[in-house]
Amino acid sequence: MIAVRDVTKSFGEFVALDGVSLEIPDGSLTALLGPSGSGKSTLLRIIAGLEQPDTGAIEIHGSDATRLPPQRRGIGFVFQHYAAFKHMTVRDNVAFGMKIRKQPKDRIRARVDELLGVVGLAGYHERYPNQLSGGQRQRMALARALAVEPKVLLLDEPFGALDAKVRAELREWLRRLHDEVHVTTVLVTHDQEEAMAISDHIAVMDHGSIEQVGGPRELYDEPANGFVMSFLGPVSRLGDVLVRPHDLSLANEASDGARPARVARVVHLGFEVRVELLLDGRERVSAQVTRDEAERLELGEGAAVWVRQTRAPAVRVPEPASTPT
Amino acid sequence: MTVDRRSRILLRVLGLGYLALLLLIPIGIVFYRTFEHGAGAVYDSVTTPAAISAFSLTLTVTAIAVPLNTVFGVLCALALARGRFRGKALLNAIIDLPFAISPVVVGLALILVFGRGGWLGGLPFQVIFSVPGIVLATIFISVPFVVREVTPVLKEIGDEQEQAASTLGASRWQSFWRITLPSIRWGVAYGVVLSVARCIGEFGAVSVVSGKISGETETLTLLVEKRFQNFDLAGAYAASALLALIALGTLLAMTRINPRRDDA
Repeated sequence: MIAVRDVTKSFGEFVALDGVSLEIPDGSLTALLGPSGSGKSTLLRIIAGLEQPDTGAIEIHGSDATRLPPQRRGIGFVFQHYAAFKHMTVRDNVAFGMKIRKQPKDRIRARVDELLGVVGLAGYHERYPNQLSGGQRQRMALARALAVEPKVLLLDEPFGALDAKVRAELREWLRRLHDEVHVTTVLVTHDQEEAMAISDHIAVMDHGSIEQVGGPRELYDEPANGFVMSFLGPVSRLGDVLVRPHDLSLANEASDGARPARVARVVHLGFEVRVELLLDGRERVSAQVTRDEAERLELGEGAAVWVRQTRAPAVRVPEPASTPT
Repeated sequence: MTVDRRSRILLRVLGLGYLALLLLIPIGIVFYRTFEHGAGAVYDSVTTPAAISAFSLTLTVTAIAVPLNTVFGVLCALALARGRFRGKALLNAIIDLPFAISPVVVGLALILVFGRGGWLGGLPFQVIFSVPGIVLATIFISVPFVVREVTPVLKEIGDEQEQAASTLGASRWQSFWRITLPSIRWGVAYGVVLSVARCIGEFGAVSVVSGKISGETETLTLLVEKRFQNFDLAGAYAASALLALIALGTLLAMTRINPRRDDA
């Protein structure tokens, strides 16, 4: 288990972390999710030992690691921009940590071959990083981090510099890799879809604090506040509650608890249709229904409908919810 | 920028003509005059005891000054590129001082400090009018080259590779030798070549502090000047040609290094 206890960190005037505590269970894949400037990367770098906290402590597997330098924490770290050793071949990059540990040559050779196979770079041993694509460089960086058999794998926006398709492939691949290797993994991301798709636990961060920790489903269905709710997906504001657009149902006739509305705009998204409504002639909300539903209700601009919530309100907000940047 | 064919040729003629007029023709004449009376005379002229002593003194001074400035230069570049400390801007400015100050003034300053009655005039060994003074002067005038070549390279590569090395178990020392130094090696090499060329060619500061004792404190450049003053033109040309050859050799070494800087 990695335990973060009441960690504070400032850079000059800017408070990057404001009394953060977090426990990361062994063998899990945990995402630190938040907008830029929320402190998620700083927290990861403090766990790695690349930054020192101003106050607070870091425990890795039961022993205090707060003052340990990065090379003695038993971690593997993957950087957003790969941090490939440009003057070394792929083989030497991956072997670096084992050479530092003075492991026997034939063992290094065998392990490099094995790891390059695992990350799908078999046969690329003698290439230099500038002869690899971004996705290949990042997989090499992963092999390099895994070569030293870390107790903890830390990834800082590992797919942030890659294009959307490669990013989606690599995150599926990372999840499968994690299921095989089972090393405790912490991933920093600002992409809620990425966090939902691969992690067991998500810690949502904002302004240097952790807003909520939980599984993907728990966070989506039971967000602790408006920020978490709106960061994890689209929201509609209905009076003083926030609801998901797909938790609003539309009908042609009035029913218990339904409110009258007029259709302002219909947007076809494919399987689903987003309906923008004007409630009581002034409140704007959007609802999401299936295409069949939209056809059955004969939704069109100016049509009168009745809007009703199908789920209990998740979050009550006295003021307009803060929206993520 | 697109340039049409005719103006491209014009630009080339202008550039090469300028170089030819100011550099190639004078150097060519030196070589021509040197070998005007045959190679035998040249050989005799550069193998006199005074010439051999001057040649070896120049090489000795260079061999002391360049390694010192290389080590100091890399440390200084690391401080400038990575460090966060008070007085960084000041350090940055001081490093350029040898470019800004005339070498003659440097020589005079050394005499004020190390000469008779100077702050450090009471040292047990002689500095001024002796080899240590020449070494000091040469070190001073060649300080900036390695620093100025290595600092931008360090800034460009950033410190992420070093961070990665530390997460993989490398100590600072290991990460310096295995990651930082190989990444900046072409910058260092380029700085060393420029320093060597500068050290060999130094005249002003050395001239002031050396005392010009033939066979003891006379460097190659000083020998050229002395022969010229004594109307020994053939001897001056021969020594000049030797200097020019060493300089050309180091510059050739640099052009061999230069194209490889791209993938550094």
